[in-house]
Amino acid sequence: MVLYFLVNTFALEFFINQFTGIMSKKTGLLSSSIGKKLLMGVTGLFLISFLLVHCFINSLIFFNDGGETFNKGAEFMGTNWLIRTMEIVLFGGILAHIFLALKLTLDNRKARPVGYEVTNGNANSNWYSRWMGLLGTLILMFLIIHLKHFWYVSRLTDHLDGGLETLFDEMKEVFENPIIVALYCASMISLAYHLLHGFQSAFQSLGLNHKKYTPLIKSAGVAFSILIPAIFAAMPITMHFGIIE
Amino acid sequence: MSHGNMNLTLKVWKQKNKDTKGRFETYQAKGISPDMSFLEMFDVVNEQLINEGKEPIAFDHDCREGICGMCSMYINGRPHGPKQGITTCQLHMRSFKDGDTIVVEPWRSAAFPVIKDLAVDRSSFDRIIAAGGFVSVNTGNAKDANNILINKDDADEAFNAAACIGCGACVAACKNSSAMLFVSAKVSQLALLPQGQIEKQDRVLNMVKQMDEEGFGNCTNTGACEAECPKAISLENIARMNREYSLATFAQNKIK
Ligand code: HEM
Ligand code: SF4
Ligand code: FES
Repeated sequence: MVLYFLVNTFALEFFINQFTGIMSKKTGLLSSSIGKKLLMGVTGLFLISFLLVHCFINSLIFFNDGGETFNKGAEFMGTNWLIRTMEIVLFGGILAHIFLALKLTLDNRKARPVGYEVTNGNANSNWYSRWMGLLGTLILMFLIIHLKHFWYVSRLTDHLDGGLETLFDEMKEVFENPIIVALYCASMISLAYHLLHGFQSAFQSLGLNHKKYTPLIKSAGVAFSILIPAIFAAMPITMHFGIIE
Repeated sequence: MSHGNMNLTLKVWKQKNKDTKGRFETYQAKGISPDMSFLEMFDVVNEQLINEGKEPIAFDHDCREGICGMCSMYINGRPHGPKQGITTCQLHMRSFKDGDTIVVEPWRSAAFPVIKDLAVDRSSFDRIIAAGGFVSVNTGNAKDANNILINKDDADEAFNAAACIGCGACVAACKNSSAMLFVSAKVSQLALLPQGQIEKQDRVLNMVKQMDEEGFGNCTNTGACEAECPKAISLENIARMNREYSLATFAQNKIK
């Protein structure tokens, strides 16, 4: 809670500074490597907080009541003005995260114009920490497919209107296809590895490092990175095999 | 002249200067003693090359005891070779096996142009220090040692940060060629002490600005730098610098 507040304060100050012209583009936070990383960390943590909410709401299917509770939750998410506003912020956050990721990754490539003949990266770092760009791109590809499956039909078409079909029915229909179930599971593995590095990395980027609390953050990060994608993956699996119906 | 019984094949990067393209050249190192340092092995090879009237391999070295940070060699995919916590001059040939092929490359980073072969120009580090890595004082008589009391924990941590020898292995190891570990050590060693407080905002802003201008990459917290640093400089310093930088940016109410 305190951290969340801190992060939000950072973000707020950042935007105030950025947009009141106190700092020009040349000396502004976004022009520096650390500033970009700061925003990367803020957007990353924001996306993590979104995952938590998303996972919670979707877990309502596990009541196994034919989607009754889940549909109520989905209805609330689809109509509450605060949630709808946050949805816009969320899209902004994802776009900022992707844009910065692209910029940082390309800049980093330029910083080593002649590469090494032999590298032994595994001797000094985790493979997933070095492949964040790739893992992120896989997540992005998944996101596009995923938005098409659910967000598009529930928000932008009247497909679900008139009580003809609920979001729960939509899920059951989509997850009939085993290839889609496999794709969802594989994407959750990408997400897990992205978070395995990203969760603790975001705190480091924000300078939130502490002898006593950093080990806690790291453990919480590992737990989050395994638990949340696992719960998400359980949804298509259980629906496909008719355990949830 | 034979020194021992190890025979090795070396694949070494040869490059005339920063404006030419380099390539690998293969050399045979014969009669190497396992007790030799990696640099002494190069001395043997170079002596042989000179005797044959060929051009020796250019490489940097000075103290040969792990304190100057000159011996920049990227050996078999790792800065300073296969061991942790040491420089190339502290690496012994017993870390290799008879008959091994060893690939030796210079630090590769846009900010470290190759001077010749394995020697790179690390003056970008000097320019970062010059941008703020100091405490301005009026020099006069030396002050009493304990004039300013310093918390022991802070003193220890500042001392640990000050152990950085500016070798550049952090940059060489980093997939992004980021200099964050080096710069954060230089920021921390002063930011932790009372004498460093007065200029701490300008210091971190100016040093980071210079770091970015030199063309180093952005940190992605992979931790490769910390793992390869011969002086075990901690990632905590990077977090401290991130913190100092953000606070300085917000606190500094100036248009520059
Ligand atoms: C729900 C989706 C996502 C979550 C929760 C998430 C979370 C995170 C977090 C927490 C970080 C660490 C930030 C830091 O080190 O300061 C991070 C880094 C990164 N993300 Fe994501 N991310 C998501 C989607 C994406 C997407 C779609 C892409 C790319 C297309 C992406 C690319 C990257 C890259 C390249 C980094 C490393 C950049 C760096 O450390 O400098 N991420 N992400
Ligand atoms: S931080 Fe470590 S690896 Fe980097 S320059 Fe200093 S001593 Fe060398
Ligand atoms: S030669 Fe001085 S550290 Fe290796």
